[in-house]
Amino acid sequence: MRPHLLALLAKEPAHGYELKQALEQTFGSAYPSPNIGQIYVTLGRLEKDGLVRAVDVEQSNRPNKKVYYLTAKGRESLEAWVDEPTEGPRVRDEFFMKLVLAPLTGIADRMALISRQRRHYLSLMSDLNDLLSSTAPTDRVAMLLIEGAMLHLQADLDWLERCQEDLA
Amino acid sequence: MSPVVKTVNLVKIYQDGAVPVPAVRGVDLQVEPGEFVAIMGPSGSGKSTLVHMLGGLDARTSGEIWLDGKRVDTLSESAWALLRRKKIGFVFQFFNLVANMTVGDNVELPALLAGASPKVARERRESLLAALNLTDRADAAPAQLSGGEQQRVALARALANEPSLLLADEPTGNLDSRNTRDVLRLLSEVHKQGQTIVMVTHDARVASLADRLVSLFDGEIVDDGRIARRRTRTAGEVIDLR
Ligand SMILES: Nc1ncnc2c1ncn2[C@@H]1O[C@H](COP(=O)(O)OP(=O)(O)O)[C@@H](O)[C@H]1O
Ligand SMILES: [Mg+2]
Repeated sequence: MRPHLLALLAKEPAHGYELKQALEQTFGSAYPSPNIGQIYVTLGRLEKDGLVRAVDVEQSNRPNKKVYYLTAKGRESLEAWVDEPTEGPRVRDEFFMKLVLAPLTGIADRMALISRQRRHYLSLMSDLNDLLSSTAPTDRVAMLLIEGAMLHLQADLDWLERCQEDLA
Repeated sequence: MSPVVKTVNLVKIYQDGAVPVPAVRGVDLQVEPGEFVAIMGPSGSGKSTLVHMLGGLDARTSGEIWLDGKRVDTLSESAWALLRRKKIGFVFQFFNLVANMTVGDNVELPALLAGASPKVARERRESLLAALNLTDRADAAPAQLSGGEQQRVALARALANEPSLLLADEPTGNLDSRNTRDVLRLLSEVHKQGQTIVMVTHDARVASLADRLVSLFDGEIVDDGRIARRRTRTAGEVIDLR
């Protein structure tokens, strides 16, 4: 979550709760509603590393609140995050490890593992179908995220078939 | 109630070449009324052969096929044709539309053949074309359509006689995402209305609408089980954003 908070702070200084709201507004239903505690912990670490600084703002009848802003070092770190290529598709897949290793254990055969995994993928896909139909078409960010997940799942399923042809 | 589809030790061996090819090797399959069954498996695993036999489009080598409690593998071709007209809709992998008829007539004809009145057949045609976003292609000839459009016409045609059993062989292979959405919506409706569906597909979105998945490998069923449905969650719970 570190670079995400830095990006929001690059736009304007904010306190923890405002950052939570900004994440929710930007990503709509596509983002797991961020936990406020986790946001404060992350902000604390960013502050310790000198990427953000906090000022206390007095409030009339409530405790002071901390408003965070980005430091020059924070901006550099954000720029590096934006500029670096993003991690590609998964190459180490937990299921694949099971598929290769399981027959050695004698616990399950590959055909059974593949079949079970295929049904599992379809049940995930059915969740995504439900999500897509309950997401407002105007929520572009959420729609694209769901479509992306569907395309990945389709690729996983196609790959499963390749594994079945070659290994089973 | 008897199952809509039942096969007993169904076998198909193609003997037209130099060496016999066993395409389906002892399939026992039972499909209950209203069930939506997806069939998946690698290329060459016998999926097309199996659904063709269920629709009487390919003769079995041995074993039994029962539809609605009646033995059908022994039927004559004309008896099969009658059965298909009345209660089976078939979507072929390669469309098989009638080339010298318009798109609209391709869809309307099966309803008329099944005995619907001209008025009802016309209504079916119009609602199916509209559901699949094909209304403005009604007067075109099949050859003038894109692959995705022909595929949707093939689905509309298969549904025109409101078949109690829809058999489909990869009915969404050529669709883009917008058209897939239309097809998915129509299929869910058909399923909700209680029609039985047996569908070969590689498309995970289509397959995930099914109640049950049958996996074929080398002409045999290697897996047959339900697709679990969970309560709807939010995207954040479903999609791991790391
Ligand atoms: N008309 C035919 N003559 C001879 N062999 C065939 C014929 N149709 C299919 N086959 C063979 O039968 C096997 C199963 O084919 P098919 O049912 O088309 O598989 P799928 O639809 O799963 O790709 C394959 O080995 C295929 O080459
Ligand atoms: Mg096929």
